[in-house]
Amino acid sequence: MPRAFTPKVVTANALLEGDVVYLTADDRWTRQLSEAELLTDEAVAAERLLSAERRQAEIVGAYLVDMVAGDNGPEPTHFREGFRRTGPSNYHHGKQAEV
Amino acid sequence: MYRYNDFDTAFLAERNAQFRQQVERRIDGSLTEEEFRPLRLMNGLYLQLHAYMLRVAIPYGTLNSGQMRQLALIAEKFDKGYGHFTTRQNIQYNWPKLPDVPDILDALGEVQLHAIQTSGNTIRNVTADHFAGAAADEIADPRPVAELIRQWSTDHPEFQFLPRKFKFAVTGSPNDRAVTRAHDIGVRMVRNAAGEPGYEILVGGGLGRTPMIGKVIRDFLPPEDLLPYLEAIVSVYNVLGRRDNKYKARIKITVHENGLDTYRDRVEARFAEIKPLFSGVDQQMLREIEDHFAAPAFRNAPTDAYDAARDANPAFRAWSDTNLAEHKANGYAIVTVSLKKHGDTPGDATAEQMRVLADLGEKYSHDELRISHEQNAILPHVHKSDLPAVYAALREAGLATANVGLISDIIACPGMDYCALATARSIPVAQEIAQRFDDLKLEHDIGPLKLKISGCINACGHHHVGHIGILGLDRAGVENYQITLGGDGTETAEIGSRTGPGFAYDEITDAIERIVLAYLDLRESPEETFLMAYRRVGADPFKAALYPEDKGKSRAA
Repeated sequence: MPRAFTPKVVTANALLEGDVVYLTADDRWTRQLSEAELLTDEAVAAERLLSAERRQAEIVGAYLVDMVAGDNGPEPTHFREGFRRTGPSNYHHGKQAEV
Repeated sequence: MYRYNDFDTAFLAERNAQFRQQVERRIDGSLTEEEFRPLRLMNGLYLQLHAYMLRVAIPYGTLNSGQMRQLALIAEKFDKGYGHFTTRQNIQYNWPKLPDVPDILDALGEVQLHAIQTSGNTIRNVTADHFAGAAADEIADPRPVAELIRQWSTDHPEFQFLPRKFKFAVTGSPNDRAVTRAHDIGVRMVRNAAGEPGYEILVGGGLGRTPMIGKVIRDFLPPEDLLPYLEAIVSVYNVLGRRDNKYKARIKITVHENGLDTYRDRVEARFAEIKPLFSGVDQQMLREIEDHFAAPAFRNAPTDAYDAARDANPAFRAWSDTNLAEHKANGYAIVTVSLKKHGDTPGDATAEQMRVLADLGEKYSHDELRISHEQNAILPHVHKSDLPAVYAALREAGLATANVGLISDIIACPGMDYCALATARSIPVAQEIAQRFDDLKLEHDIGPLKLKISGCINACGHHHVGHIGILGLDRAGVENYQITLGGDGTETAEIGSRTGPGFAYDEITDAIERIVLAYLDLRESPEETFLMAYRRVGADPFKAALYPEDKGKSRAA
């Protein structure tokens, strides 16, 4: 039996601002993790990453990151992605300030 | 202070113009990120967790007030109104936007600052004793040598693709405030038995994954041999250093694997080859640089106002007890301005605070400021009669925290709040520990204690050389903090030893408190500092306090 696939989201940083962004089902880059597309199929995830990596004029450093389905869209499984979702903990700066 | 000549100005303008075009080509899609990345890193531009980060060099930590004002302006105009001073005497802006970076570099160029070689596998910003040119114990001002190394290493064609980054530190004092023993190359200005000036050269020190104390490769190098000898060391490293494994690529590993004697032999051979190529122009340049660093005209005036303020104001007295250091000129003091207000982010200054520092530097410190590797600002030349006015202005700006050298004067790297390499947060840990000891009102009783926190194994927070070091790691998806004890970054440098298993994020402040209370309990007198006590009793009493459940047993690390 192959190992169960952990759901993923495609994430990157925006080219101009550096903000953390996520790929949506309709191919937009969103700053809200709740709007991201949760990929539950490994082959689809790999294909979504490839297409994201081609969008060099919009983003930097796309990768797949583990997520779980939550009540309000994908939720991070690791604290690093938790910080990427909100912003730094010492100042109310970044995305948390713009929401 | 060094002032650019026409060559420097033209070089920087050309470099900035090149980078402006490179940024334009990245934005219009002509350059991929893979192509652009090495170009942006050569100009100090990183991409971190939440944004770009621009690392600006403050060569050997020296600034004038005009430069500080420009840093403030950049913080306001292009960032979020603050900057972060680092352990390499740099300033980092955490929120620049890519299209603005060329304008930021031009603004820096206007005041003779740049971000060149603050990243990449090159020779990085040369650091120096932050009390240079002011300290009472100084043999000679290390900054002319640091500036010479900066000029020699900037765009040095042989050293743009080293196996790994390369860091120099220079000190002119026997009391090492520049951590020279934890650098790839440390330069110590010394005198030989005949009283002649020269240099002791240390090689292969470093922190990070494999911490090592630098070794003496030459105990006395005559002044005229300095640049050719340094070039020989880096040149041998460039050939011998490992490029197959990033974690074994620093010179400390090269020296360790080849042995100091073999390494020295190769350096001497290379030195013999290149020494004849140095015509003496380097020494001529050094003489010219030295003229830039002529001591200011110190004044001779009474210091009664200082003594009176100490008697009248206990808060001023407490501040002057911790934040002043002995100056070489009569009637003067070196003021360390703490950027470690309890509960704030270590090393951060707002634009407004930078302007206050600039104004004070201009009015009271012969237009000079310094940034220390301990992430504080320095007013190096303040006449004691001006100290009450300086203190009042600092207090007004939230900059009069009286904690220099105490437990809340914490070095902390940016950690996972900003850094893409971090494995755990550092800043909130520093904030909570500083706040705890302020609440306990214990830190003045505890006395000198250096606490240093890194958020990953790369050790930007110098945790290995903290009397108490904290290393934040990711243990199975949870932040975990290891403690080291007994580290020392001075002339008696030592790498701290791990106490044992780490602590969770919400346990680490209590753990530090237990160590410190154990120290207060076992010290022989208030004069016995934490480090002295540790060296006397060893780690066991502290381990017993840290891991009470194991009391009496020895616990494997």
